[in-house]
Amino acid sequence: MAASFFDVDGTLTSTNLLHPTFFYLTNQPNPLRSVGALARAALGAPRMALAELVDRRRFNELLFATYEGISRDRLLLLADEAFDRAVRRAIYPGARELVQRCRSEGHEVVLVSGALDLLMNPLAKYLGGAAVICNRLDFKDGYATGKLLRPVVAGPEKARLVRAWAREHGHDLEGCFAYSDSYSDVPMLSAVGRPCAVNPDYRLAKLARTYAWPVIHLGKRPTASRLLDHLP
Amino acid sequence: MTTQSSSSPKAKKRTPSGTPAPAEESSPLVAVTRARPRSDHPLVVTIDTKSAPRAVFSGDQVLEVDLPVGTRVVYPRPPMDALKDVDAAIRYAINHPTGTAPLYAKLRPGMKVVIAIDDISLPLPPMRRPDVRERVLTIVLELLADHGVDDVTIIIATSLHRRMTASEVRHVVGDRIFGAYWPDRLYNHDAEDPKGMKRVGVTDHGEVVELNRKAVESDLLVYVNLNLVPMDGGHKSVAVGLCGYKSLRAHHNPHVMGDCAYMDPKASALADSVDRMGRLVEKALDVFHIETTINNRMFDRPLSFFHKNEDDWTAADRVAFKGLAFTLSRLPQAARQAVFEKIPSPYGVTGVFAGECTAVHEQTLERSFAQYLVPIHGQADILVSGIPHISPYNVNSYLNPLLVQVMAQGYLFNFHRGAPLVKKGGTMIIFHPCSDKFDAEHHAPYIEFVHDVLPQTRDAAVMHKQFEEKFATNPAYIEMYRRGHAYHPAHPFFMWYWGEAGRRHLGRVIVVGADNDYIPKLLGWETARSFAEALAMAKTPGQSPELAMLHAPPIVMADVTI
Repeated sequence: MAASFFDVDGTLTSTNLLHPTFFYLTNQPNPLRSVGALARAALGAPRMALAELVDRRRFNELLFATYEGISRDRLLLLADEAFDRAVRRAIYPGARELVQRCRSEGHEVVLVSGALDLLMNPLAKYLGGAAVICNRLDFKDGYATGKLLRPVVAGPEKARLVRAWAREHGHDLEGCFAYSDSYSDVPMLSAVGRPCAVNPDYRLAKLARTYAWPVIHLGKRPTASRLLDHLP
Repeated sequence: MTTQSSSSPKAKKRTPSGTPAPAEESSPLVAVTRARPRSDHPLVVTIDTKSAPRAVFSGDQVLEVDLPVGTRVVYPRPPMDALKDVDAAIRYAINHPTGTAPLYAKLRPGMKVVIAIDDISLPLPPMRRPDVRERVLTIVLELLADHGVDDVTIIIATSLHRRMTASEVRHVVGDRIFGAYWPDRLYNHDAEDPKGMKRVGVTDHGEVVELNRKAVESDLLVYVNLNLVPMDGGHKSVAVGLCGYKSLRAHHNPHVMGDCAYMDPKASALADSVDRMGRLVEKALDVFHIETTINNRMFDRPLSFFHKNEDDWTAADRVAFKGLAFTLSRLPQAARQAVFEKIPSPYGVTGVFAGECTAVHEQTLERSFAQYLVPIHGQADILVSGIPHISPYNVNSYLNPLLVQVMAQGYLFNFHRGAPLVKKGGTMIIFHPCSDKFDAEHHAPYIEFVHDVLPQTRDAAVMHKQFEEKFATNPAYIEMYRRGHAYHPAHPFFMWYWGEAGRRHLGRVIVVGADNDYIPKLLGWETARSFAEALAMAKTPGQSPELAMLHAPPIVMADVTI
């Protein structure tokens, strides 16, 4: 049986990791704490932007550091609402159908995301059932430490996790599919025999074109991407 | 015996329109002694020592080729006269249909009507506006409105072809209809919509008929066809245009397609299968067919010289050809493609027929054959043909290597009735660069087919068994078909099967002007740097082969007797 590995942010949904983070930070127990959390996040923004350019894993670590001090109870309490506001409404038209088609072809569907399990588990359920490889916060005494449990799901690590998953579940990677929007996921895409670019960024679109990977546009398609399709 | 020598004074006699004179109008021809006596139609021109070089397409470039003396060149018939008042002809046809009640008599207020129309694969190149489909739709929609029919949906019958873009649809249906119906009530058929297909039944041969649900559940289905070649229209309109993969694979397979003369429905196993499915459709649905035929006026000034015998070219024609050849040779490929894409064809409508499927289609076929068939006696050892830049499957994109194969072994080889123009085991010499180039969106699954399947096998039966299903169920490619503008992932396989009859018949294919060796090799072809080299390769030492050339485009079909 084949497996289909899906990146989530930008691939199945128009959100990125910032949207749910912003939701949680703005929904602290009182407005003062929300302002404080947002201010700390804002101060860290330049570092995050720089990290995003260089290393997706470092970006994830910096971003989730803003969760420090939030209680597990609060995160769980807000999880459904966060999923509804920051994720469910942002699912691309056709994404659910694509996942459903993979399942109907007998594929095991696996979400591989840098987002938190708090949001990925409800998404997996919403999509009709999927396995999840995602990030988990570290907690101490019921409060988030701002660190992520190892392994941190990002960039090349995704490829390693996908390989391990396939090995563990008896999938031949050559017959497996992987879907992503981002150039940072090229290692994961390259790990399978059937990579597919979904709403690709410019660098991934160019790469997909070079290697003749299928390109899907679930969201609104940028004009530049349309032009790229027909260039010689 | 008599034959027409291309440089004879009589050969240079032209009709007022400057096109070669059709048989009915020509006078007795000059007798020329030839080794093999035969009496051919005046549009079959025999090359002699004074003949001009012939113009051929090599993709999006044009070349001049010196053919050996004795080569018979089959020219297209002059364009038939277009109807003077197309709208009147449409109204007459739908009010006086064949084999069924007039369209107005089928209408009642509140009923659900679906109108299906042919997609962008017809005609080639696209027709200058107004497309005849726009004219038919305008009249039919007015009639529906007059009879209180408001629930009207227009579906573009793409089958497993790519979805048409908004601008392409606008070109076909016109601004007014596009503005009123697109995209909610005018859209592309989606053969992979899980909820959008409905099973109609199974034929006595076990062929599953599954069609567009909206069409099946309508009270009346009106099909608006634009017939380019004899394989179009008839039962194929609904049974193929609105079907899905399950239905298509019943006849789009090596077994059926390897045994087909596509352009001669009476000798086509494919047409037989489609007819069976179509008859089932007609039992289950109320279908009103409107078929239209067009002439073969593919080129307008300044390219109208393509309709003429080169020996009859005027000085202006020669200058135009040389200018075109020079310009195209200096332009980059994308610009050459753009040049041809910008020039729609000035086709004239030659017939409008409406009513019951079979009765309508018989009239269509008669008109179509009258335009295209040119009688010729005897087969050739070597068939020569240029490959143009366009096929039904690459409108607004590049003719990739698999489509070159379809054009050579699928279409041009099959432009015959009776028997193939080339003998069994004969050679086909074609002109095309065969570049390893694809449209990344339209032909995404083709790339994998050419670079992954073909290196493993050219055996259509093996492909069908081992690879087709995997492609056809690939969720990524299906998503590209459904939401992008890619052909269905089974389509490249169908393209290979299209060439199967030609592959089985032909001994060799030699391509002249290929810019690489490996693509022709993947297709099972040989390469030659020049026509002379190809000819030397094709000749058996000590023998003098007979050559024939199909001078297309414009479209011409050889009516071969042996």
